[in-house]
Formats: sequence, C-alpha cells, structure tokens
Amino acid sequence: MNPDLTDSILYLDAVSVSFDGFRALNELSLVVGRGELRAIIGPNGAGKTTMMDVVTGKTRPDKGTVVFDGSTDLTAMDEAAIAALGIGRKFQKPTVFDGQTVEDNLLLALEGPRSAFSSLFGWRSRVAVDQVLDVLAIVRLGDLRAKRAGSLSHGQKQWLEIGMLLAQNPKLLLVDEPVAGMTDAETEETARLLTSIAGDHAVVVVEHDMSFVRALNCKVTCLHEGSVLAEGSIDLVSANDRVIDVYLGR
Amino acid sequence: MIAFLFRRFDKTATGFITALALIAVLVPVFNLMVPETSAFHIPNYLVALWGKYLSYALLAVALDLVWGYCGILSLGHGAFFALGGYAMGMYLMRQIGARGVYADPVLPDFMVFLNWKELPYTWYFFDHFAYAALMVVLVPSLLALVFGWFAFRSRVTGVYLSIITQSLTYALLLAFFRNDMGFGGNNGLTDFKDIVGVSIQSPSTRAALFALSAVFLALGFLVARALVTSRFGQVLAAIRDAESRTRFLGYRVEHYKLLVFVVSAAMAGIAGALYVPQVGIINPSEFAPANSIEAVIWVAVGGRGTLVGAAIGAVLVNFAKTWLTGTLPEFWLYGLGALFILVTLFLPKGIVGALAARFGRRGEGDTA
Repeated sequence: MNPDLTDSILYLDAVSVSFDGFRALNELSLVVGRGELRAIIGPNGAGKTTMMDVVTGKTRPDKGTVVFDGSTDLTAMDEAAIAALGIGRKFQKPTVFDGQTVEDNLLLALEGPRSAFSSLFGWRSRVAVDQVLDVLAIVRLGDLRAKRAGSLSHGQKQWLEIGMLLAQNPKLLLVDEPVAGMTDAETEETARLLTSIAGDHAVVVVEHDMSFVRALNCKVTCLHEGSVLAEGSIDLVSANDRVIDVYLGR
Repeated sequence: MIAFLFRRFDKTATGFITALALIAVLVPVFNLMVPETSAFHIPNYLVALWGKYLSYALLAVALDLVWGYCGILSLGHGAFFALGGYAMGMYLMRQIGARGVYADPVLPDFMVFLNWKELPYTWYFFDHFAYAALMVVLVPSLLALVFGWFAFRSRVTGVYLSIITQSLTYALLLAFFRNDMGFGGNNGLTDFKDIVGVSIQSPSTRAALFALSAVFLALGFLVARALVTSRFGQVLAAIRDAESRTRFLGYRVEHYKLLVFVVSAAMAGIAGALYVPQVGIINPSEFAPANSIEAVIWVAVGGRGTLVGAAIGAVLVNFAKTWLTGTLPEFWLYGLGALFILVTLFLPKGIVGALAARFGRRGEGDTA
C-alpha cells in the first residue's frame, strides 16, 4: 500500500478538470497529512478554488483519484455526504445565513444529525448551547450572539464562518482566503487561530496575503495552471525562480 | 403533538387563531340565528363568499410555507389546489346519483352524455367520503413528491423552477380540458346536490363549510408555524438564504425541500376541497397559470414569510377582486398588476412585514 495514501487525510493523484476546454486542474497531485496545516498559493486561475470544489463534491473531476482519510473515494459523493465525513469549507466570499442570528448560524453548523426528520422533532440540547458558547468565545463573537448575521461587518462574518467550521468539528478544514478584507490585527489573530486549530484538524488555507502565509509558518504549495509548481517551506517556495516569475514577481 | 403545534407561540399567532375561532362561531351564528330582517343578519351569499376567501387563505399559507421560508417560488400551486378540488368534486358528483338529468344511478351526467357505459376506474370508491378525503390529500402530495423529487434532485432552482411549476399546472389544464380524461372536460364538475348526506345548498351546510374552512385554515397555520419555528425551519431559512452553504454544512437540501413541498401541496389540496363545495363547481380553469400567479401576489401583498400575512393578503386581495370585478370588471387585471408593482416597490415585506417593522417588532421571517 502507498504510504503517502494511508498516512494522508487528503490525497489527490493526477486530478484533471476542464471547463469548456479550459483546463482548471491539470494532473494535480497533492497530499495533506493528518493534522497538517498547509498553505496554498498561486496566481488567479491556478486552480486553487477548483481544487476545493473537487474535494467538497461541488465539481466532479474528469479523471484522477481523490481520497479522504486514506480510504474514502470522494469522487462519487455529493456535498452533503462529504461534509458528513468531516470536511468543512469556508468560502472566499463569506457566506453566512444573513437572516438568522450569530448563535443560530453556529447551531446550524454544529456537528450532529442532519436529516430532515431529526431536525423536525429534535430539541436543542444544553450541550449544544455550551458548544456554541465555546465557539463564540474562540472567534470572539460572544457579544454579538443574538445579532442577525446579516448586520455583521465583513471581518466579523469571516470570523463567524470560521466559527461555523469549528462548530462542524471536521477532520479537514478548507479555508478559502480567510483574511481578505481584514485589518492587520484581525489577520494576525486569524493566523494564530488557524495555527492553533491545526493538529486536532488538518487545515488547508488558500491565501494571497504573503505575510499571512509567512505567519502560518507551515508547508506551502504553489499552484500554477492547474498543477503544483513548487512545494516546501515558505522560504524555499518564495526563492523558487518559477514561483517568482509566475506569481510573486521580481 | 399538541405541544408541538403550539410551541413558541407569540402574540400574532395567538391573535390570528383567536380571530379565526371567533369568526368560525360568529359568522354561522349571525347567519343562522339572527332573523333576516335584523341589521346584524349575515346573508347566505356572504357566508359562501367569505368561506371561499378562507380556502384561498389556506392556499396562501401553503404557498408562503414554501416560498417565504424555503425560497421555492412555486407558480403552480393552483394545480395542487385544483386536484384537491377535483377529488372533492368527484365525491360530490357521485352523491348526485339518479337525480342527474339522465337519471343514471351510477354514471355522472357528462359520462352518459359521452355515451360511456361504465364508470372509469379513476372514479371507483369516490362515493365514499373517507376515500375522497384521502385522495384530497394524497393526489396533490404524490404529484408534489414525484415532481419535487426530480426537480430538487436535479437542483432546478430559482426562476427555472418557477417556470417548470407553471408548465406543470398548464399541462394539467390541457389534460383536464380533454373529455377522454374522464373528469368532465371543459365543463368540469358541477350541479352538486349533497355532501355527507345533507343538502349542499342549505344555509346550515354553508355555515358548517364556512366554519370548517376557518378550522382548517387555523390547523394549516399551526402546522406551518410548527414547521418553521422548529430546527427544521431554521434549515429551511438557511436553504433560502444560502443553499450551497447549507449543502457544505452536510444538509441534504433536496430532502428538506421535498418534505416542505409535499406538506404544502397537501395543504393546498385541502384548500381546494373546501373551495369546491362552497363555489359549487370545479373546472379546468382552476389550473390556469394565472391563478397560481395570483396566489403569489396574495402572499406578496400580505407579507412573504409571515404566514399570517399570507392569509390576510389572500382575503384582502380577493375582497378587492370581488368589489372591483363587480364595479369595474375591465380594470381588475390592471389593478392586480399595479398592486403587485406597488407592493414590490413600497411594501417589499408586505402589509404584515411593514406593520411589524413599524411597531418595533421584527417580521417573523427575520427571527428564527
């Protein structure tokens, strides 16, 4: 058995996706270990978001292997089934349920039964409320608990969405541009938060903000035209000539 | 079950249920007990007319449940309403028996006229009220289940879903127009005599039907409210506001939509079954796409996502329709169109939504 595969939380091998002839992913191979924190960088159109779409079931790959937790083939599953396995996703544009309160957003995300019937006859347990309070404390939205999510600032929405990810308690978190639109202080705080989450959960972060990526202090993968251009420590990757050419600039 | 229906009750809901209980008692009393010479007497025609409004209100509540709370803009809810109405109409036709023009003990008049010798199998058992009542709920639910299963599984949403719901009701309109469908063709079903052994025309039957319409509206409201205030309702609102986000949280969106769509269709079917004996006829025009669109306007006027508003909108718009089609019939459609535009521009949350905002309380659609 392939040790890369068995030790991984996420294993992509030779994955290709085309949209109307445009190759969004081109034989992409990527391995993320259990509990690992990984940053993904790359120019626009490099395939970062498409990669997340493939992992979460939004897009079916044309070919290739996508395996979760060493054994589960994700290519045949839909979003709900993949989420139930323990993969959470934060979108580039913060997407929260605007009409509902911060607390209700977290309750919706909280791990637990998801079927229509369980939600119809289930009651909120005391434990659930405690878990939500824990998450509120971590993402520092305790004071805004009863506010409508739609009235939050952009940065607060980003945090709420990260909180929803935590409430889901997934094995793997896919985080798309978490610090877009955040102040420097918020950015620093987010880096600290994501670093602290890693270990218990594997975290894959897509980000353009290089100082943020540096603060994450983890292995970095640079994508370009749908495949891996360079991989390694931030210093190694940012010193790579091709990475400088296509992405960082001279 | 009772606790489930009444949990998280608020002032609006209590007021609405109380008002319905009052009119369910008072209207029959003022119709039957107060002498016709008295100024307080409610004439028979008004009882039937208001009863019709109440059945429309139930249809509006059903529509608000899917549109206001789950974002499914069905432009074909009239189809479920009409199917429930046809099921009731078929029962009423079979109650006529030998009193029809052709005096056939089994076959309704239109079948004799078409020279049919036997009752089509679709009409079997419709002489039993219990069977007809079951069909009132079952036929619309099954159609909603099959239609919804395909539509939601294929992730047809938004305007595309609205368009295919329109096609659904239009297809049924064309089908029911055909004589060989066996449902009375373009004349539909009419000339009803009895319902559960009593004359359908008698004032006491009319009063009872009115009271029943109020009771079913209250029940439909309670069921819809229980659904939307439960955790299930929170997921519905989540689907309405960010469908794909809800999927990525692990919810099977199509199951939620299907369940609420079927419940709503059943409710619309019951509304149709209450409507038919009070207006005395059901024909294919009930499937007309315009009817379903009109129902959407009732909900928009009253306040989408408020349930109470949907019911109030249905009654108000239909009251205006009765009045305007009586005085200025050629202006009704313009009036309806203008109403829709004005409400969209100036009262986007409808009457109830605007009132709730005005009096410092948030519309029910905002809370969860």
